[in-house]
Amino acid sequence: MDHLPYIAGSYALGILIPGILAITAFLRVGAARRRLAAIDPRANRPGTGARTRRGGSQ
Amino acid sequence: MHRFANPGQFLRLSGTLVPWLSAGALVLTAVGLIWGLFFAPADWQQGDAVRIMYIHVPAAWLASAGYAGLAICSVLSLVWRHPLADLAAVEIGPVGAGFTALCLATGSLWGKPMWGAWWVWDARLTSVLVLFFLYLGHIALVRAFDDPVRGYRAGAILALIGAVDLPIIKFSVDWWNTLHQPDTITLTGAPHMYIGMMWPLLFSTLGYTLAFAAIVLTRTRAAVMERRIRALLMARASAQEPG
Repeated sequence: MDHLPYIAGSYALGILIPGILAITAFLRVGAARRRLAAIDPRANRPGTGARTRRGGSQ
Repeated sequence: MHRFANPGQFLRLSGTLVPWLSAGALVLTAVGLIWGLFFAPADWQQGDAVRIMYIHVPAAWLASAGYAGLAICSVLSLVWRHPLADLAAVEIGPVGAGFTALCLATGSLWGKPMWGAWWVWDARLTSVLVLFFLYLGHIALVRAFDDPVRGYRAGAILALIGAVDLPIIKFSVDWWNTLHQPDTITLTGAPHMYIGMMWPLLFSTLGYTLAFAAIVLTRTRAAVMERRIRALLMARASAQEPG
């Protein structure tokens, strides 16, 4: 395969940049969900979109 | 449309959508990239460097489409005062900037072996660089005010003015003599591309598009929850104030 360093660099960035954006987004929503569940017991009700993993407050 | 302006409704709908979008994004992107890297043919002129296309083209598409989404949210924000549109616009900014940076970086990595230069002040490249600065400007502007609503309004105006750059990017290769090649795939004409290259490109483009949507929805979900947390804490603090 010719031009391998350029291709490898592109694929590394193509995985790294969206990967970092995705991981930070999922960590952020997880932290927000836990914090909301801790201060608002109603957030644990099914269907509010803000349930904790076990369905209980943390 | 206003039904989805309800944050609870949005959290429920996006909570159902995000896992499906994420799974689709992972599968389609993986198929597109592996196919493009190992099984798609090399170009007769560019050799294997053409494989950069399977990252560069989706990133370029999402850089422009993301900004179009930002402009639509800005209209919804300015005209209808849509509360979710403000949050979505704020959350599209960094994701769009990330994909624009990916487009510029992979373009540079493709340009060096093909043109002999990392960068040229070509109309297409320069207009995409302007788009990157518009994203950065939007990110900075919405956070520059103590009152978030003023930040949202200022950001919306900047996003709408910056939308002028989108047709310039699209038609730059037709309006000026550029090093960058003209569009290979158009909505109206037949594609000027070998079918064995087009399929992996379609897979990776669809995969990255689903990933973009999943990331923006997840960030907006987090923003809705964070806003609810701030409101609850403020209500609690004001209830505890004496008198």
